[in-house]
Amino acid sequence: MNRRPGFLVYGLLSAFVLGSAFPLYWSFVIGSVTKERAIHSPPPLYPGGHFLENARRVFDQIDFWSALANSIIISSVSAASVVFFSTLAGYAFAKLKFKGRNAGMAFVIATMAVPTQLALMPLLKEFSNLGLAGTRTAVVLPWLVTAFGVFFMRQYLVDAIPDELIEAARVDGCSQIRTFWTVAVPAARPAMAILALFTFMHTWTDFMWPLLILQGSDVQTLQTALDQLKIAPAGGISDIALLQAGTLLATVPLLILFIATGRQLVAGIMQGAVKG
Amino acid sequence: MTTVQATRSGDAGAPADPAPPRLTRRQRLSHWDYRFAPYLYVLPFFALFVLVGIYPMVYSGYLSFFSWPRFGPHHGDSVGFANYAHVLQDPVFRKAFWNTIGIFLLSSVPQVVTATIIAAMLDTRLRGRTWWRMSVLLPFVVAPAATALIFGSLFADKTGLVNEIIHAVGLPKIGWHSNRFASWSAIATMVNYRWTGYNTLIILAAMQAVSREYYEAAAIDGASRVQQFFHITLPSISPTMLFVIITSTIGGLQIFTEPRLFDTNLQFQGGADYQYQTLTMYVFNTSNSSTDPYPRAAAATWIIVLIIITIALVNFGLTRLVQRRSER
Repeated sequence: MNRRPGFLVYGLLSAFVLGSAFPLYWSFVIGSVTKERAIHSPPPLYPGGHFLENARRVFDQIDFWSALANSIIISSVSAASVVFFSTLAGYAFAKLKFKGRNAGMAFVIATMAVPTQLALMPLLKEFSNLGLAGTRTAVVLPWLVTAFGVFFMRQYLVDAIPDELIEAARVDGCSQIRTFWTVAVPAARPAMAILALFTFMHTWTDFMWPLLILQGSDVQTLQTALDQLKIAPAGGISDIALLQAGTLLATVPLLILFIATGRQLVAGIMQGAVKG
Repeated sequence: MTTVQATRSGDAGAPADPAPPRLTRRQRLSHWDYRFAPYLYVLPFFALFVLVGIYPMVYSGYLSFFSWPRFGPHHGDSVGFANYAHVLQDPVFRKAFWNTIGIFLLSSVPQVVTATIIAAMLDTRLRGRTWWRMSVLLPFVVAPAATALIFGSLFADKTGLVNEIIHAVGLPKIGWHSNRFASWSAIATMVNYRWTGYNTLIILAAMQAVSREYYEAAAIDGASRVQQFFHITLPSISPTMLFVIITSTIGGLQIFTEPRLFDTNLQFQGGADYQYQTLTMYVFNTSNSSTDPYPRAAAATWIIVLIIITIALVNFGLTRLVQRRSER
């Protein structure tokens, strides 16, 4: 609505934002005091000077750097694959005429409503039979394509490329694949960037699938490493300073991504991105 | 279609008809290219989706009618609906069902209401608009696993900050892990924390699409801000609200990460008395159980899929009903 907000609005919004930031602050406070102080009453309200020491204990408990590398590899492969195949299929659904196009698109939309988490349980059996359990390949395979990605690219490309442009390319003797690379991909670039960002974050934060498929394996992602940290015999549940230091360390990469790409994330959600 | 074919066959019978111009090799190639390229473009998506989505679901549907002992090399005899009966009669499953519904209600309703209010505040001529929008999105980058561990510490029964504050103002401490309703609230808080800002931005986008002229006209007619909100803003954004409600239904009913990491015992059964075990946790634990783990997990999976689809449809119907009422 078109009016200047008063102090009340600024005050309420500030309270909401402070509330959003507080859990991260709390994680830092607990992660930076000794493990004795962390469970001592009254609880600490300011950070202590033991963060590096707690971080070192995290590195002793779990293979943090290998988990970080795995998360980066898995999320990047997933983002690149989803963007490529979604642009390809989204372009076909948006701009090319072929038999079964409407049925195919209806199928894509219908699958977006399917509870995907639950399809993962049967997938575990399939992958175990194939001997893939405990590998990075197995973690990334279910996230190589998403129905949402196809839907998102189709919605964007319908309006982004004028039909005349594709017609002109055809008249000039352009092959289909050349039209795709020279007309569709440049037009799709902004949407591709947003889809890449959301897919990366979605795969990065996924917990249940890597937990299932990596059970008892040396390969871990950052999220499942946190689960291991929690059940680690040396500290675990009772050592909340260790746990919070690990949680914060695991959150830092996405915080950096957020600072670098926050504007695009906001724009992406407001343009109609949905939960993956 | 039929007319074209009829003409063609008629033409073929006429001897005076000149032979159709022969296509050059290049033109023929181009024809095939234009005809089949679209299928090649959509093929990778469908092929991979069948492999990792549809096939496992269908296969698990098939296996849910068999027995398959733990560590057995292959499935045994058909058992009809016995696995389904086992799951439906399992008191833990029933408990998990109500836990999931409870956590879902405690997370979705306050979340949509708060997101709408924050969005209405952001839909004004704020200073530093981009900064505010980014700030409300901050919790979205905290992964569910990290959120669960941080809030698990805040809601710790003995030394958690929340209980310390409650104790400091003279009230008895709350058993966030032992009390069923309290544990639902704590888990719902984690979900609300991560998704409220995200949904705020979706609702804000819908609010900004409402023509400003409506508000100007209403203001001239003497409508208050609150009246404007209920009579212009809410009806205009209702399709987006429906979308937010449906997606949060599908996501919320599959909740797993938060309750699993909230658990303080290492059985991961959702509390000593299963007081916050959810349906997805039930499937996860069943797949590791001793008797017929896989067929029973498969049967539970299919029961839950049907539950989610039913609830999503009911939700859809209810929201449409409310929309029609408010439009009148």
